[in-house]
Amino acid sequence: MTAFQKRLWIGLLIMALLTPLGILFPKLFKAGEAWGEWGVDQVERLVGYVPDGLKKLADLWKAPIPDYNFVGESSSMTSELFSYIVSGLIGIAACVIVFSLISRLIAKAKHGK
Amino acid sequence: MHIPDGYLGPQTYVPLYGVSIIFWSIAQKKLKKQLSLKHVPYLGMAAAFSFLIMMFNIPVPGGTTGHAVGAGIIAILLGPWTAVIAVSVVLIIQAILFGDGGITAIGANCFNMAVVMPFISYGSFKLIKGRAESGKRMTVAAFFSGYIGLTAAALFTAVEFGIQPLIATGVDGRPLYAPYPLSVAVPIMLIQHLVLFGIAEGLVTLLLLKYFLKHERDLVYAIADPSGNK
Repeated sequence: MTAFQKRLWIGLLIMALLTPLGILFPKLFKAGEAWGEWGVDQVERLVGYVPDGLKKLADLWKAPIPDYNFVGESSSMTSELFSYIVSGLIGIAACVIVFSLISRLIAKAKHGK
Repeated sequence: MHIPDGYLGPQTYVPLYGVSIIFWSIAQKKLKKQLSLKHVPYLGMAAAFSFLIMMFNIPVPGGTTGHAVGAGIIAILLGPWTAVIAVSVVLIIQAILFGDGGITAIGANCFNMAVVMPFISYGSFKLIKGRAESGKRMTVAAFFSGYIGLTAAALFTAVEFGIQPLIATGVDGRPLYAPYPLSVAVPIMLIQHLVLFGIAEGLVTLLLLKYFLKHERDLVYAIADPSGNK
């Protein structure tokens, strides 16, 4: 790895450690969900009913770490922020794993020629 | 901008899966043939960057949140087809592991953020930059490539939301999926991205491009010879 690449990786790790800002700033400014990304309950509050199709599809998938939070919605802020950082690190790891596989496929394709 | 499950009906999410699959298959061919070896170590980094930048939710005070995506800077640094794959991988990881964006909406979300955005960003960068290889013009081009790319992605997302009440209603006449019409979805999504999130994306694009130009200029796809003769 070149020194430049190493610096970028360190930058990415620092970013991961700073991700709690992405929870804290919205809290500070009393901002809610992104537009169009509401949960079923919130849709009901907004429009007065839950559309039938939406209700059917909404819980199709149970993600292992829903909302980057593996400690549950009722846990303390500190553990939520910690969970957010760990999710960021898991995200980095997942990207690295997937792209090391993809890079291998690309290398193989280039050699095959 | 991550559309959850239930907001799009099958009439929308199935065709968008189709479109994304077409782009993925072209992209993987392009990568196998044309990806420059110097870019390989940066693929995982680019994806990780996009993943992380999307975690920085930016608040509209008292309202909603949004975030940058990073697809524009990835397209400028590594090429738009590489950005298609990098950002798609991120969106798929986010949907499967973290429930951010729906499983049925993976095609739609990838189309908006991993196809529309990198190509619009890359195109705007090239167009605004013209023949400039440095200086103010390049700075302006970098900012607007992020700004326009993210806003375009938001516009596509808003249209996908907004056409749902037109396409699918129940026997009672109420929408089956995303309930807001185009006249609500499009202005809200556009304004948020034009006023706030697009600016964040523009700054991220600009600052990172400056950093790469200063330290590793040869790496930058959008200004190096794309045929790889360099």
